Amino acid sequence: MIKQFIKLEWKSFLRSAAFKTNLALKILMVLGALYFIACFLLLGFGTYYIIEKALEKEPFEVINKILIFYVILDLVIRYFLQKMPIVNIKPFLYLPLKKNTVINFGIAKTAISFFNVIHAFFFIPFSIVLIIEGYDVVNVIGWHIAIMSLIYCNNFINIFVNSKDLVFALVVMVIVALGALMYFNVFDLTAYTSQIFTAFYNLPYLAIIPLLLAVALYRLAFNYFKTHFYLDAGLASKVAVAETDNMTWLNRFGSVSTFLKNDIKLIKRNKRSKTTVLMSVLFIFYGMLFFTGAVEAYDGPFWRIFAGIFVSGGFLFSFGQFVPSWDSSYYPLLMSQNIKYRLYLESKWYLMVIATIVSTILASFYLYFGWQAYAAVVAGAIYNIGVNSHIVLWGGAYIKTPIDLTSNKKAFGDKKAFNVKTLLLTIPKLLLPMAIYAAGHLLHGELLGFSLIVVVGVLGFLFKNRVFTLIESIYKTEKYKTIAAYKQTN
Amino acid sequence: MITTTNLSKKYNDALVLHIESLSIPKGQSFGLVGNNGAGKTTYFSLLLDLIQPTTGEISNNDVVVNKSEDWKPFTSAFIDETFLIGYLTPEEYFYFIGELRGQNKSDVDALLSQFEDFFHGEILNQKKYLRDLSKGNQKKAGIVAALIGHPEVIILDEPFANLDPTTQIRLKAIIKDLAQTKGVTVLVSSHDLLHVTDVCERIVVLEKGQIIKDLATNEATLKELEAHFSN
Repeated sequence: MIKQFIKLEWKSFLRSAAFKTNLALKILMVLGALYFIACFLLLGFGTYYIIEKALEKEPFEVINKILIFYVILDLVIRYFLQKMPIVNIKPFLYLPLKKNTVINFGIAKTAISFFNVIHAFFFIPFSIVLIIEGYDVVNVIGWHIAIMSLIYCNNFINIFVNSKDLVFALVVMVIVALGALMYFNVFDLTAYTSQIFTAFYNLPYLAIIPLLLAVALYRLAFNYFKTHFYLDAGLASKVAVAETDNMTWLNRFGSVSTFLKNDIKLIKRNKRSKTTVLMSVLFIFYGMLFFTGAVEAYDGPFWRIFAGIFVSGGFLFSFGQFVPSWDSSYYPLLMSQNIKYRLYLESKWYLMVIATIVSTILASFYLYFGWQAYAAVVAGAIYNIGVNSHIVLWGGAYIKTPIDLTSNKKAFGDKKAFNVKTLLLTIPKLLLPMAIYAAGHLLHGELLGFSLIVVVGVLGFLFKNRVFTLIESIYKTEKYKTIAAYKQTN
Repeated sequence: MITTTNLSKKYNDALVLHIESLSIPKGQSFGLVGNNGAGKTTYFSLLLDLIQPTTGEISNNDVVVNKSEDWKPFTSAFIDETFLIGYLTPEEYFYFIGELRGQNKSDVDALLSQFEDFFHGEILNQKKYLRDLSKGNQKKAGIVAALIGHPEVIILDEPFANLDPTTQIRLKAIIKDLAQTKGVTVLVSSHDLLHVTDVCERIVVLEKGQIIKDLATNEATLKELEAHFSN
């Protein structure tokens, strides 16, 4: 039986839509995977020596101190990215299979997922280095088993948390609270957790505790599915209570308002789009890396503009790059209705502009880091509105990835969204403004740099109508291809 | 109203549809029957300019559909769930379609009130999004949305599938009324021979993309169709 399951899995892997791309992309994907593996391997081998050199502290202690964040971060990443096994159970329900077999397989499948395996590429080499550096073999193995068990605990915890947004919200709040307490030196969590992690080394038999915990969580997950193994229970998709909102305040936008209302409902009522909004909020804080001098490589003045564009344009990039894919599930409807592409595009444009302005206002706290920081954000915003909003819509016309609004899968990038055309379009999006600023900066100073960016942004804004006509014609020529592509939902 | 000339659609080398000529006059209720893969949905998709013909063209009220978009204001359709916007409530969806077709809220409300028995209390005011409705109820919403804005041509792909018997009977009455009293050209496809013969004045049988029968409906039609499909 298990053999059959494995065969099925193998087929679903080989025949997945993602694999049906061209050879060049496949090679690129393999290279990407190898790159990540190599990174983790290098980190695994290198971390010990890097910490020793750079921080001049006992590396093993440092690792034990930050391990708690590693584990928590892992859980957060899983929450957003790891897909849950239950989805594929449905076709097996009525077949003559023991429930236990199906559930065990479903859960076991998550155990060999990328999210677990990737950690081995870090911890195995790291453990080897520890042994080379004279740490006791048995103790290191105990520590290693303990950590890997915790990683697996995360895996099983995620199975529960995944279906409950509330649990996740609680976890996030606790983490933020602990982080804040640590930051203000009220309470240092790592002081306690590092002792625990060190204990796993000193007393290797303690590794049995996380191991048992992982097993217990597995049992829990198993029982959870077993009792909810019905179409109207655990396997049912949640039905939200619909709320109606006429949004009459949007009528002031005139004929665009029809689409604008729809777009706002789209964002409010779908999981995938909500994640996008969340991401764009995170982008507002991205500038901290640049303006606080936290990352040395970002200290050059030209990076300011780079940061400014991302801080104000988080939504513009994350939402805009998938226009018109947001409407992929009902694209044939739109194409057979009497709509004007221009209005449709303009509605998306308004959304991006509004979001950019809001982000810019929210980002006013960057004034704290000097006027240059906020000037970069504002200049970036003007460039985003004038130039990038057009480019993003233009690029979107070539991206034909259907979006499943109700799931978060692929929310963080999609291989199909990555093609030569969109890659080329990043040049005017990011590199051009950096170059413009650099020119002004070197010629006369910061002020000229910022002014030039603003001038280019305003110029772009003046060409809005012409650009929209161009995009409209691209949308029309790509229409049949787009409809066909949206039909292939996996 | 709808004239098809020398239309064909090929995927790679497979010819999925080939219609030399077919014209559907205004106000006709037109039925398309055929087994799976006969080309029914392909024909409707071509008619809505959702796919490109390999050769030939369809003109809808003298508008060549893949050359101009002027057919859109007087044509409406419900093909499948890709014509529904899942995250809207049925009401919001009707109003949205209404706005696209130049109907205000009260126009739409007036139309919807005629379909209260068709909805059977399961569509309006349910506090549910379209994606959470059952397949049958989704279909009801989609069909009614296709009637918004006084279209002159209505295209319904398999409108009877997934509907309960009561609704099927009501839908038949609606379609008949549209063609006979309002002069609307209605195109339906179906696997249910009884329903098509009930509703349509004219029935065309497609097989492997070709028209092999073109019948004006009378008492003998159902028998003839049944005989045709049983061998």
